[in-house]
Amino acid sequence: MEPLEKKTCCATEAVAEGSRPRDGKLARYLLLLAPALVIWWVAYGMLPGFSRLLTYDVLGIAQGSHLGDSVEFLLYDTPKVLMLLTLVVFGVGVIRTFFTPERTRRILAGKRESAGNVMAALLGIVTPFCSCSAVPLFIGFVTAGVPMGVTFSFLISAPMVNEIALVLLYGLLGWKVAALYLGTGLAVAMVAGWVLGKLNLEPYIEDWVMKIRTDPSALPPDNQTWVDRIEAGFHAVKDIVGKVWLYVVIGIAVGAGIHGYVPEGFMASIMGKDAWWSVPAAVLVGIPMYSNAAGIVPVVEALLGKGAALGTVLAFMMAVIALSLPEMIILRKVLKPRLIMVFAGVVGLGIAFVGYLFNYLY
Amino acid sequence: MEIKVLGPGCAKCKEAEKVVLEAVTESGVDATVEKVADFQQIASFGVFSTPAVVINGEVKVVGKVPSKTDVLSWLK
Repeated sequence: MEPLEKKTCCATEAVAEGSRPRDGKLARYLLLLAPALVIWWVAYGMLPGFSRLLTYDVLGIAQGSHLGDSVEFLLYDTPKVLMLLTLVVFGVGVIRTFFTPERTRRILAGKRESAGNVMAALLGIVTPFCSCSAVPLFIGFVTAGVPMGVTFSFLISAPMVNEIALVLLYGLLGWKVAALYLGTGLAVAMVAGWVLGKLNLEPYIEDWVMKIRTDPSALPPDNQTWVDRIEAGFHAVKDIVGKVWLYVVIGIAVGAGIHGYVPEGFMASIMGKDAWWSVPAAVLVGIPMYSNAAGIVPVVEALLGKGAALGTVLAFMMAVIALSLPEMIILRKVLKPRLIMVFAGVVGLGIAFVGYLFNYLY
Repeated sequence: MEIKVLGPGCAKCKEAEKVVLEAVTESGVDATVEKVADFQQIASFGVFSTPAVVINGEVKVVGKVPSKTDVLSWLK
């Protein structure tokens, strides 16, 4: 009889929790968050000194040695990136509660091309959806009258401009590179979406998609309190940081190894500015690879330190994040093969252009 | 009671199905739980972000994994 007893006990407990007043919760969360932010700030400022102390005094590794360079890099970058990631993922998690896909669709539904492309690319950053929602989203947008090019701007920007990649680039390479990534990522999404819209590709959407009538009025209303929003932030941290921290650490460890042991200028011949073919090659190699930004950026940083060109490395990273084979296989359910090829081609060209631009500028 | 969990099969959709199944077992409600992966069917509910949970034809949650507490309150 024990299992039955247990069932009833848990059920009553859970219902009681649901009806508990949540008024005191917001005050408690705010009291918790304020000191946490101060501690974060102080600890972040102490990281450079702490990593040096640990490497050279506590571990006793000789200054200026290969091992010392690697270990100091690892001990400084790992906590730095994880701390930045936690803060930004929490912030983005809260912001995202304001932008549901339903609301985004309403905003974009009446929009013309061009202004719509710009808006869709921006909304792509903050609207939350998991990668397997790409198809239902595409259907929902197109059947609601969002122009196809605008829908594509949204679908390109959502994975391409990624908050994890942004944090890693800022933390490891500085704000300039992070800002350039953000700006060019948005530009590729806007322009590629606009071009795809101009190509009149509607006939290449699978026929059944257009026949579907969606009725968004049947959806539950979206009424969230601040307690819900803060909890969404906590949930995002648990979910995302909990999932990617290992990739970040592995990525930084590989980066640390390259940093300490690969000679300066080693990458210059393969991924350097003078190798003109390196940009398209980086895009082509990147497309079938599927990795998250977390693992790839620390390696990118280390490659740059050894003479690889910024544009080539960024093009590689963007291709890996934005054009993944699994996503194209999912999109095949609604798009005919020719449209998928045009999509990959236009986005790939945009990324290659960004690569050449950076190599030219730096 | 007829419960549908809409989702093509990503991690979050599987999690949503698990939560719903747990809640059904816990509450002892007589319900059938069906996983819907077909995009045509998903779209016919007006849902365009997954996972989503539909109970007796009514969409209860869209685009996120519901908590067990939520599901239990819908089952009452």
